[in-house]
Amino acid sequence: MQPSAPQAARAANDTYKLPPKLFDARCKACWLVLGVVVLVITSFATLNLQWAQFWSWDALQRMARFLAELMHPRFDLAFVTKVAMASLETLAMSALGTLLAVMLGLALALPASKTHAQDPARWRGSARLLLNALRSTPELVWAALLLIAAGLGPFAGTLALGLHTSGVLGRLFAESIENAAPGPAFALRVRGVSAARVFAYATLPQVLPQLLSYSLYRWENNIRAAAVLGVVGAGGLGQMLAFHMGLFQMAETSTVLLAMLVLVALVDALSYAVRKVLSR
Amino acid sequence: MSHANPVTGLTASPSASVPTLRDPAWVGRVFWMLAGLALLWPMLVLTEFKPWVLLEPGALKPALNFVGAFFPPRTDAEFLWLLARETWRTVAMATAGLTLALLLAVPLALLSVRVLSLSALTGAMAPVPAVLRQAVRWTLMLLRSVPELVWALVFVRVVGLGPTSGVLAIALTYGGMLGKVYADILESGDTHASASLMRNGAGRLQAFFYALLPQTAAELTSYTVYRWECAIRSSAVLGFVGAGGLGQLMDSSMKMFNGAEVASILLVFMALVWLADRMSAALRKVLA
Repeated sequence: MQPSAPQAARAANDTYKLPPKLFDARCKACWLVLGVVVLVITSFATLNLQWAQFWSWDALQRMARFLAELMHPRFDLAFVTKVAMASLETLAMSALGTLLAVMLGLALALPASKTHAQDPARWRGSARLLLNALRSTPELVWAALLLIAAGLGPFAGTLALGLHTSGVLGRLFAESIENAAPGPAFALRVRGVSAARVFAYATLPQVLPQLLSYSLYRWENNIRAAAVLGVVGAGGLGQMLAFHMGLFQMAETSTVLLAMLVLVALVDALSYAVRKVLSR
Repeated sequence: MSHANPVTGLTASPSASVPTLRDPAWVGRVFWMLAGLALLWPMLVLTEFKPWVLLEPGALKPALNFVGAFFPPRTDAEFLWLLARETWRTVAMATAGLTLALLLAVPLALLSVRVLSLSALTGAMAPVPAVLRQAVRWTLMLLRSVPELVWALVFVRVVGLGPTSGVLAIALTYGGMLGKVYADILESGDTHASASLMRNGAGRLQAFFYALLPQTAAELTSYTVYRWECAIRSSAVLGFVGAGGLGQLMDSSMKMFNGAEVASILLVFMALVWLADRMSAALRKVLA
């Protein structure tokens, strides 16, 4: 009566069937685990990691000395002011970079979205390709590339943050524009309202809260990114860190590291508080 | 007498003229726009936002030369071999780093999970475990709040150039992140099963393996796969501070203004990120 009649002949009752074999060629999870194990082992085997050197007495001593030097941050007024200015610069870089990204992302999200069935959306493919290219190049690589055109300093970092984030935001924006309820836009369109006005008065008011929350979320990420972006010379706290560490000025390095940690912790705490207030 | 206008849906009285086509909220919009501009000004000054420097001949010419050399990208066999080796190194650094991060994250997460507290079963948690759990949470927070790039800078100073510092940097930052998220995932599940196991005399590890893990295994694995994807992206970048992999190759090509090499590396980079993204999405779909 069941399709599994031959098996029923072996086991009189389903309850007493043998347990499944531990390894079965059709078991997806087994292959997955096997693949992961092979990947991990080959990774460790091919990397020639210098553990002996890392755990050697010499390296441990150097590490201890390094940490001991970090214990004496420099706190005189002149230097703290400099660090505060660099922190402000980092904040400004992240804010302006995000703002640029919102504008560029929205400008690219409009051609990258197909809003209704009759929309030809001729540029959808190419706009999405451009967004993917912008997104898959990390901010640090953008910064290194832009240093050639924009020179050392926060300007290159701002542009780098803007370019990478516009790829991220553009895709998110395009998705929320495509997912907006089509009713209001349809109502305006059938009355012959132009496409720009349909967007401004029907689609935008619907998706605006979502766009805003995406942008704020990316801003939070960008503050963290901007803090380290400077290590390639693109301004902010990172540039100070790379500069002082390069000159072995450990007291200054320690202060800059502290400022970075405080900045990141502040952003985390603020975003946690805002999320708590908003979700209440 | 009044009648509904079929187009606007408004009731038009004969005395009213055509409604003015002005945005009713324009005062507020203009005000906020001006306020935003006033806030923008100091930011533009702080970031030295001068787009015209991009168009100065001194900056424009080398940039155009550099970008012009992108085409065609360098594709001779020797360079492609080097590229393949560095790409594998990038993936290997991410994988090895994430493995070490797991070794760090799993014990710390288990130590910090409040659900697995025996004393908390009957009222408040005892003071010593409570302090220990909070200390572990703070350790995890400290580990993940230092960006991996900064860890890498520090380790390059101590261990020297090479992938060891990259692996260690990923291990520490991702250990902090994974530990925190694992603890959150374990605590967000239904605690009834683990509590009743422990009430009946099961140990904490038994309660974890037989009550907490089966509920959350899929979520934990999927988050780990997602973090592996992130680790590949960051290990590609760590090379810029001398931690090996594609980033280091790109850094050296960029310093020599070799546009053709940079173009090939960028293409490989994008392909790698895209591939990791696809693979992690597919894996997570299988796991879900």
